[in-house]
Amino acid sequence: MSELNLAKQQDLTKFTLKNLSPLRFITCGSVDDGKSTLIGRLLWDTKAVKEDQEERLRQDSRKQKDGLNLPEFALLLDGLQAEREQGITIDVAYRYFSTSKRTFIVADTPGHEQYTRNMATGASSAELAILLVDARVGILEQTKRHAMIASMMGIKQFILAVNKIDLANYDRQLFETIETEFSEFALSLGITDIISIPMCALKGENVVNKDLEHMAWYEGPTLLEALERATIRSKQTVGFRMPVQRVCRPNESLRGYQGTVSGGAVKPGDSVVILPSGIKANVTNIITFDLVRNAAVAGDAITLELDRNVDIARGDMISSIDARPLVGHNFSANIICLAQSGIVANKRYWLKSSSKLQRVVVEPISVIDLKSGQYDACDSFELNNIGKVKLRFEEEANFDIYDENPDTGSFILIDPDSNNTIAGGMISAKIEQVANIDNFNEEEIIVFSMSLVEAKKLQQLEGFKEISDKVQQTQTIKSKLRNLLSDID
Amino acid sequence: MNEPENHQKSPLEPHLKELEDEAIFIFREVAAEFENPVMLYSVGKDSSVLLHLARKAFYPEKIPFPLLHINTGWKFSQMIEFRDALIKRYELELISFTNPRGSSENVTPFTHGSALYTDIMKTQALRMALDEGQYDAAFGGARRDEEASRAKERIYSFRTPDHRWDPRNQRPELWSIYNGMIRKGESVRAFPLSNWTESDVWQYIRAEDIPIVPLYFAKNRPVIERDGMLILAEDERLELAPNEQIKQMDIRFRTLGCFPLSGAIKSEARNIDEIIEEIEIATVSERQGRAIDRDQAGSMEMKKREGYF
Repeated sequence: MSELNLAKQQDLTKFTLKNLSPLRFITCGSVDDGKSTLIGRLLWDTKAVKEDQEERLRQDSRKQKDGLNLPEFALLLDGLQAEREQGITIDVAYRYFSTSKRTFIVADTPGHEQYTRNMATGASSAELAILLVDARVGILEQTKRHAMIASMMGIKQFILAVNKIDLANYDRQLFETIETEFSEFALSLGITDIISIPMCALKGENVVNKDLEHMAWYEGPTLLEALERATIRSKQTVGFRMPVQRVCRPNESLRGYQGTVSGGAVKPGDSVVILPSGIKANVTNIITFDLVRNAAVAGDAITLELDRNVDIARGDMISSIDARPLVGHNFSANIICLAQSGIVANKRYWLKSSSKLQRVVVEPISVIDLKSGQYDACDSFELNNIGKVKLRFEEEANFDIYDENPDTGSFILIDPDSNNTIAGGMISAKIEQVANIDNFNEEEIIVFSMSLVEAKKLQQLEGFKEISDKVQQTQTIKSKLRNLLSDID
Repeated sequence: MNEPENHQKSPLEPHLKELEDEAIFIFREVAAEFENPVMLYSVGKDSSVLLHLARKAFYPEKIPFPLLHINTGWKFSQMIEFRDALIKRYELELISFTNPRGSSENVTPFTHGSALYTDIMKTQALRMALDEGQYDAAFGGARRDEEASRAKERIYSFRTPDHRWDPRNQRPELWSIYNGMIRKGESVRAFPLSNWTESDVWQYIRAEDIPIVPLYFAKNRPVIERDGMLILAEDERLELAPNEQIKQMDIRFRTLGCFPLSGAIKSEARNIDEIIEEIEIATVSERQGRAIDRDQAGSMEMKKREGYF
């Protein structure tokens, strides 16, 4: 009986008190590096496969060439008939397994280049990526591409699974060469958190059970141990955010704003600002089915009650006053194109983010050449293209930078002609629009003049910050200003 | 006066809390984005969890859409009793729909075989009911861990005006941003329990004290053995073949559907703790007892393409 199995038996009386949050991860790598086999092995060794599924698996398995009498693990995952027929993974499959310590959600993503978009889909909600390489082949272009996409989608933790090491005579030097090569490449992407593991997924060596027979030289964790130790990004450090999903009015006296906290925390008594209106209010109650709460943190689905009746609708953002999201009409973003139809410049698309649907025009700026890693200027996007764009909104929009808050910094683009989701995107910056008298609405303008010291004080004021992008600020010297002002009545 | 049902409980384990929050988010999103949603309610344990989550999602408001039960006429009588009591207790709006062909053409699981019967009384019935109500969104309790083709299904699963699912051409779903844009006649099936496993469902039922049909708990009951399945013999609609004999056995059900098609398992699990313990060491999957999944390979994908849940 395997160690895990034993542990599971002993745990039965007090089983599954898991104090860790579930870990969402993806597997990626080139075709035939054995992704589906690896997940199959994880499911198998953690007993997530039941007898009737095994029986069907054995019926469906083609003749085994390895003599291990193991079923074809990939068939556990490739659930669509087309996938079984072609023997490849087309779509993302989600699988679930658990140990006594943690539950896991794994997205098995396709390796073929034409399904890059599906890999990005799986990566969007993952905290960790397992990159598979065939020990005999080493790092491929596709491996690098997947590392690049995963990193761009905000994944910080990587496991380099050097698979099929048995077919390379469990060669330690070979493993270390691959490890070094990948680390150097990863560093260029800013990836520093990498665990490299030599393994044979088919035989289950260093996946769940440690292989001491052939790889005593390897002192690191098994794959499962590494997964159990992975960390989850905290969303508590940023400002409070709650996008309003719906307004509920169960009776005349109560108006509740329902949504999920997507950053920071909130408690009764907190002052908040509603965007885009800019109106402020105080939180009086946090309502949930399990009675009133005295605080809510990121991830909590709640209903907020405020101390005054203000006009709030679906799509509005309730935010902390001192740490607000970026507000403006122009943002820059990284996007991945998911549709055959591509993305064209100056077409009006729908953009959905945090329960808000807005009109947007996309200006393509550059597309990444996945071979060289270089950005080339472009004026449109094709399927699977990844690159930078400028977003122009008709109405004021608010976002956080994706790296600071993925929930309020991510979006999808929808083509109004087909209603299809054509891109996923991540906000990288707000494009500052410098205030200029030419875009003031009224004819009459007030000019303030003050010393630099006083101006600095003014700029620090909360009220001024709110309107700072509507004030033209120019630094000059006394003599010039004196001449200017003498012309004004 | 009734004791208020919602009370401060001990906090959920982090993984259940995360699943609960995700499901509530999906419920609110669909309710806000669609004009005329409905919730499929099958009376089973997953539906019980789904219903509980819906009540939580909209509280202090009532659930802002009706429940739809596709009643084949062959459900366990205990299921119907349970359903009616619950609807009354929570003051819910329930639509029960039965395909009229059932009585007009006498379609039964015995006369038409499980495949044809399921198609007419479940798949076609569902399509008729959805057309009749002109629903643009339907919540279902399907989970991705149930079956291989479900593992590929989106949380917002797009359907054509004739309710078809095209597994090879699904809209990509990134982060938790769902695309609810549809044209008139098209619809979306929404699955708030997508990321739940059977074990999660049971642990949540225990943690939240959710009422479920008593057939899930082991009890000494009369059964017959037919086609390798244990069929409950508590119903006068069951006709015995000459060689079939009723035996008394300690049994329970892992899934509930139509009584002639639902196989019981031998079990001593008389309460939730014992059920969870049983599942943890179970060596067969929960759908194993379902006759309709065994008709042919890829059988669920075929049924789903046709509009089955």
